[in-house]
Amino acid sequence: MRDSPGLKPLFRTAAVVLALTLTTLVLLATKSPPLAAYASIARGAVGSWSVGSDVLVAWVPLLLVTSGLLVTFTVGLWNIGIEGQITSGAVFTTWALRSFQGGSLDPGLAIAFAVLAGMAGGMLWAMLVGALKTFGGVNEIFGGLGLNYVATAVNLWLIFGPWKRPGVASMSGTVPFGRSYWLPTVTEQSRFAPIAVVIAVVAIAVVFVLIQGTYFGLRLKAVGRNSRAAYLLGIPTWQYTMVSFAICGLFAGLAGAIQVTAVYHRLIPSISSGYGYLGLMVSMLVNYSAALAAPVALFFAALNVGSIQLPIILKMDSSLAGVLQGTLVLFVLLAEGVRSRVMKKGGSRP
Amino acid sequence: MLIELRDICKTFGPVRANAGISIEVASASILGILGENGAGKSTLMKILSGFQLPDSGSIILDGEAATIRSPADALARGIGMLHQDPLDFPPLRLVDDIILGSKGRLRPDRRRTAKEFRELASRFEFDLDPEAYVDALTVGERQQLEILRLLWLGARALILDEPTTGISLPQKEKLFATIRRLASEGMTVLFVSHKLEDVESLCDRAVVLRQGLLAGSEVPPFDTRRLIELMFGKEVPQSPHLRIARGGEVLSARGLCLDSLRLQIKDLDLSVRAGEVIGLAGMEGSGQAIFLASCAGLARPVAGSVRIEEREMTRASHHDFKREGVAYLPAARLEEGLVPGLTLEEHFILAEGRRGLFIDRRSAEIKAASRIASYNIKGRPDSPVEELSGGNQQRALLALLRDDLSLILVEHPTRGLDIESTIYIWSKLKERCAQGTAIVFISSDLDEILQYSDRVIVFFAGKVSPPLAAESLGVEELGRLIGGKGWEKFEEAVRA
Repeated sequence: MRDSPGLKPLFRTAAVVLALTLTTLVLLATKSPPLAAYASIARGAVGSWSVGSDVLVAWVPLLLVTSGLLVTFTVGLWNIGIEGQITSGAVFTTWALRSFQGGSLDPGLAIAFAVLAGMAGGMLWAMLVGALKTFGGVNEIFGGLGLNYVATAVNLWLIFGPWKRPGVASMSGTVPFGRSYWLPTVTEQSRFAPIAVVIAVVAIAVVFVLIQGTYFGLRLKAVGRNSRAAYLLGIPTWQYTMVSFAICGLFAGLAGAIQVTAVYHRLIPSISSGYGYLGLMVSMLVNYSAALAAPVALFFAALNVGSIQLPIILKMDSSLAGVLQGTLVLFVLLAEGVRSRVMKKGGSRP
Repeated sequence: MLIELRDICKTFGPVRANAGISIEVASASILGILGENGAGKSTLMKILSGFQLPDSGSIILDGEAATIRSPADALARGIGMLHQDPLDFPPLRLVDDIILGSKGRLRPDRRRTAKEFRELASRFEFDLDPEAYVDALTVGERQQLEILRLLWLGARALILDEPTTGISLPQKEKLFATIRRLASEGMTVLFVSHKLEDVESLCDRAVVLRQGLLAGSEVPPFDTRRLIELMFGKEVPQSPHLRIARGGEVLSARGLCLDSLRLQIKDLDLSVRAGEVIGLAGMEGSGQAIFLASCAGLARPVAGSVRIEEREMTRASHHDFKREGVAYLPAARLEEGLVPGLTLEEHFILAEGRRGLFIDRRSAEIKAASRIASYNIKGRPDSPVEELSGGNQQRALLALLRDDLSLILVEHPTRGLDIESTIYIWSKLKERCAQGTAIVFISSDLDEILQYSDRVIVFFAGKVSPPLAAESLGVEELGRLIGGKGWEKFEEAVRA
């Protein structure tokens, strides 16, 4: 049955309105002023050049992990281990920078190698999930979740153990790197590194072309939708599964590397900042297609950054952004479900 | 129960599945419902059995207008449907399977139900143990279980959807005897099939549907040509049995031993030559499927060897077999053969297996269009495969095959297809044979086995007959072998 063209945007709009309504109700229930809260988020996201660049700083890792997740979703995998892959990337980058710092290597080259090391680290962590699935029969959701905890534990052990600050170990992370080992930013105080934005845009473009226009992407789709048929059609299925994990891990590791080299300049306990889970939500919201990933990720990043001011200005918790994002994803998925039922109305019932 | 369907209409988007169909079935009678795939048979039966609501029209049961909202609703009114794939619960015991469908009672009375089940079973001479597990039953026995279940729930009208697919000849005879007996006891029976022979031998009256309309109604003695004409609007010619010159050995199996969950095959020897067609007959699950899989690298033999054109392939993977020119077409077309969500064009691109980075969509579309035309597929390059009918999906699977194959292995090449598609599929397969490709196929349709094979191998519970010449093998004898009778002569031959 064909979709009638007018219906889809209608359901999408309804989903957004419902998500806003529910969030507003939550705000009213907690006796908070909804309009003031939304206005504060908007001001916090686009009110000035400084917050605008903060949004871009959040956008880069979010878009990178989303790019990677689109590859694993295409092959039908729930790579929930993405958080651990970001962390692993950050750890590898920190390790590389620590060994280069103070050495004879040119800092620019050192950063480049450190970023590559981070990508390798993310890839390694993702291939572990893939190997557990392929050779051990461990579902990628369980394997990924487990490895997330392992990555967090390793990260904390490094920060409080071998890499602790001289004197006292602290939640604020390892000793910051020297300024020459930072990814170049627009101003001294800013965390905004234009090159990181370029990398993220290139990443999503590469993934878009990969999935839409290449033999590789088409084979990934085939494996994701029916791996038995794909195998009979001559596609080496488990190899494609592994490669898709590797690619996703590469992007996640890159996100971790940028968190270290451009944003925090050191390893901190929550280095992944939840961008992995947020990337899963963005992927679901764009229905696993690369075309809309960039703007939706930007919107999510804006919500996150915009809500940072809420505790200061309105004495509200900044998790309001999470509430809005979560309800948005739920309602869009719900609307999609309802729409496909409406389309089939009068057809077969379950 | 007197069932009257009046002016039933049902559309799916642009497709008019039922365009005003009126049928009347009296109690104690068997009505055959014929029609090719997509003629509207299934839709009409789904409406009568409560799976779907009609857009317009009415259902009148024993003179009373009824709105049937769900299968449970239909059953409450006495209409039971026996689906092509039995709707049962394989991990349960038979008695629990039966209880599950019944209403009400908080605590089911297993003992009483088992007793009633035994009585019902013995009435119809079904050898079913209520304490046995459903997954130990054959397809035929599962049908018997479903029939008993529907009777136990008080069905006064039975709809049977393609019930003779996948069951053996003796099971079919038993089924027909049961149906006749039920009808003589007052049951209203609707028998949906595209097998003319079954309808001709069983039914008191046959209606033919074509393109959502009632094309005609016939009574015995049935005229086969007339029925075919009603089904297709024209007469379909049957292709003559062509003999093709044989070439060298393509497939050689020596002392093959196979092991599956249920059965073992020992010491199977077979040599297939280029251009030859081998039919594998037997009840489903008798070992033919695992043998076919082992010839494609999809099942590992325990012992023995498989060679493709002299090359040792026993431990090779399916992709190695593919490279040697072996193709495998699974029975479950949409589950194993095709990728739902991808278009025909994308399937052709995948099957081509080209190396390279970027897809040249334009040339792919041109190639797809020419394949679609030469295989007479009703679809466009951008049609998702799940929107194609079963016959067109099978044509697509054939169209995906490389040109220079040495061996094609097919599970149920024409299962669920109408006569026109069946003849078309086989004409394409025979074309391949003429070019020197050998074919090994599984079928539960005895006529198909006898008509298209050069040699036939019968499987029964892991026992394998030697290859038998199809010309000198009759339906009768083949049916007996499939049912496990007349195997002594092979065993004596081995001893002698």
